[in-house]
Amino acid sequence: MRTTPLLALAAAGLLGGSLAACGNDGGDSTAAAAAGGPITVKASDTACEIAKSTADAGTSVFTITNGGNKVTEFYVYAPGDRVMGEVENIAPGLSRELHVELPAGTYETACKPGMIGKGIRAAFTVSGSSAPLTDDAKLAQATDSYSRYVKSQTAALLPKTEEFVAAVKAKDVAKAKSLYPVARTYWERIEPVAEIFGDLDPKIDGREEVAEEGMEFTGFHRLEKDLWAAKPDVAKDGPIADRLLADVKEIVAKANAEKLSPLQLANGAKGLLDEVATGKITGEENRYSHTDLWDFNANVEGSKAAIAALRPVLEERDAALVKTLDTEFANVEAALGKYRAGDGWKLHDQLSQADLRSLSDAINALAEPISKVAAVVSKK
Amino acid sequence: MTDSTVSRRRAIALAGVGVAGIAGAAAVGGALAKGGAGEQAAAADGSVPFAGEHQAGIVTPAQDRLHFVAFDVITKDRERLITLLKDWTAAAARMTAGHDAGEIGAVGGVPEAPPDDTGEALGLPPSGLTITVGFGPTLFRDAAGRDRFGIAAKRPPALDDLPHFPGDVLDDSISGGDLCVQACANDPQVAVHAIRNLARIGMGVVSVRWSQLGFGRTSSTSQTQATPRNLFGFKDGTANLKLEETDLLKQHLWVQPGDGPDWMTGGSYLVTRKIRMIVETWDRSSLAEQESIVGRHKGTGAPLGMAREFDEPDVKALPTTSHVRLAHPDLNGGARLLRRGYNFVDGSDGLGRLNAGLFFMAYQRDPRKQFVPVQLNLSRHDEMNEYLKYVSIGLFACPPGVSGPDDFWGRALFS
Repeated sequence: MRTTPLLALAAAGLLGGSLAACGNDGGDSTAAAAAGGPITVKASDTACEIAKSTADAGTSVFTITNGGNKVTEFYVYAPGDRVMGEVENIAPGLSRELHVELPAGTYETACKPGMIGKGIRAAFTVSGSSAPLTDDAKLAQATDSYSRYVKSQTAALLPKTEEFVAAVKAKDVAKAKSLYPVARTYWERIEPVAEIFGDLDPKIDGREEVAEEGMEFTGFHRLEKDLWAAKPDVAKDGPIADRLLADVKEIVAKANAEKLSPLQLANGAKGLLDEVATGKITGEENRYSHTDLWDFNANVEGSKAAIAALRPVLEERDAALVKTLDTEFANVEAALGKYRAGDGWKLHDQLSQADLRSLSDAINALAEPISKVAAVVSKK
Repeated sequence: MTDSTVSRRRAIALAGVGVAGIAGAAAVGGALAKGGAGEQAAAADGSVPFAGEHQAGIVTPAQDRLHFVAFDVITKDRERLITLLKDWTAAAARMTAGHDAGEIGAVGGVPEAPPDDTGEALGLPPSGLTITVGFGPTLFRDAAGRDRFGIAAKRPPALDDLPHFPGDVLDDSISGGDLCVQACANDPQVAVHAIRNLARIGMGVVSVRWSQLGFGRTSSTSQTQATPRNLFGFKDGTANLKLEETDLLKQHLWVQPGDGPDWMTGGSYLVTRKIRMIVETWDRSSLAEQESIVGRHKGTGAPLGMAREFDEPDVKALPTTSHVRLAHPDLNGGARLLRRGYNFVDGSDGLGRLNAGLFFMAYQRDPRKQFVPVQLNLSRHDEMNEYLKYVSIGLFACPPGVSGPDDFWGRALFS
């Protein structure tokens, strides 16, 4: 919602060298595969066997083979669960490659059978010399890291939206209802990026009252209204559903092409929590479906991913702030965790005022220190 | 730009907004130099000294505006609570002097960071702001009886749970609280600014439980002040304890050595009540009935049968159910209170009735001997109850004042 001034800041050149540094794209140099060839990963529903637990600094290549029955994912995490690289949607029987540039340090690998939970983790150590990291290089890495996160989310947003749209068009109300909060999860995790494209965001995620004069009410919330009506009726929603998918495709392409500034990460992390504090806590966002806690959780996860990307910079410049953020993120997750229901979450209208207050307190406690991150990132 | 002595007005002047603020600063400086009537008095438009034996905002001549807030403490970490009290004390010292809440201020920081002051008081003088803090019984032990911060043994006997008063229909969501902060000022924006910034500093450690805005002080706490009127149109608080009555204050207001735990010596106990007044029915009652219920003449404020406001009432001659008679010290074992209430109007109630009344606040040495017997007497017999609804209650132990920049609210309690 409020990302425009940030863009203006960036355009005004206030970010100086750190922005310029973002232009150096360190990844994707596939030719520089680490000596010794790809590292094989045998994934199953219960195991994640990795051929090596060490590598030299530089680009590592993992070859993941899914020998299980569930779709799986493979991740390489830096401390704080910062995603260094990942491959999603590895169907049973398939092999996929992951190229990831890893400076010296300690990491964790993870297979996620069924694509849920923390995954089957193992330690992974990278040693040797990598290029010395200047402050700006760290910031550049932060944005690269976050760009990978955006890509991972858009990679799931598109198929999940396709499934949702297909269910609407097939007039399968029950299936569409179950897919609605799931598709939105990927959207809500990267919402600040999506909001950069001001005209698309209201088309995809606008609520009825934000539609301007002459603008049609479309997108997720239009379909939500029809799906959760007293007598659900999506018979005429085919064009709305098609339009949603087209808009999502467009924003995915734009989001993946966008070069973000480290400040956008910092303010995006805060913006996601502000979304929670204003729209999700009150139940306004999903006023028909009451699936606000799905969005709430996704916003928090997206915020955490942005902070994780900035973590090396923050640890160097303000370690105490990182400690505070770790504590408060854990508190928010614990507070929210009470309202899990099966694979999803309780509905907003099942929570008492006292429940919502404790969630609100936890979000405020996290959002205040997060509001300090941008200043830490911008200081030279 | 991080000079903590930069005042709100100075900050504006530095920012190049104008020079009017500098003239204002000079005026305040002059007023401060002259000194006021009594240590606690604010210079006109000026600042009230923050440090002292007692907290400001108790006998300080009642300002015209109030923002009161009660907090629940949501951390279990004693150190975080202590840090908050230190941060609050420092911010309160700055704000009562007319400075920004934080060291950097509303406009002095880097553009990428949120300012450490919210800014709505920029350009405004201190406006007699006082900030007074209190500790509720639940800070010592929670509802389950747990000693939350290792201070249960230091809970004063006088901070005893209040009894149920006949007729009370209390809303728990606007009653009680682990901590309270009273901000009084002559400008509502200054009072609201103070509470808003303290609430922000407290996020993650405390959660706002309830808050109340008040206007139009309903008591005078100094002989230099005229007695104001409440929303029933009557003078209220004529016989209030006044800051000039130092002997009576020792006897009735300030906690004395040996009264309880030492950390409260020099402090005072605060009882708050939100009292809804059914003004529409009151306004339909006759003047004679109104005067009989209150026990005073509406015009002069004199007790019934007397000529002038400060004439001593003939208690025995007053109607037996009159407010003045029932609240008089002679019928309550000599008990007296320092009242500091404010009118409130929280809009209308949906039935077209003003949601209005009195936010009652009274400070005292021991509520068990003062507020409780007086209120029991009033709850049982006061004819005014026909026009009142008691909707909230709060009890807080307000510690003594801070001695200087190294001291903080509650240091003795947590040491």
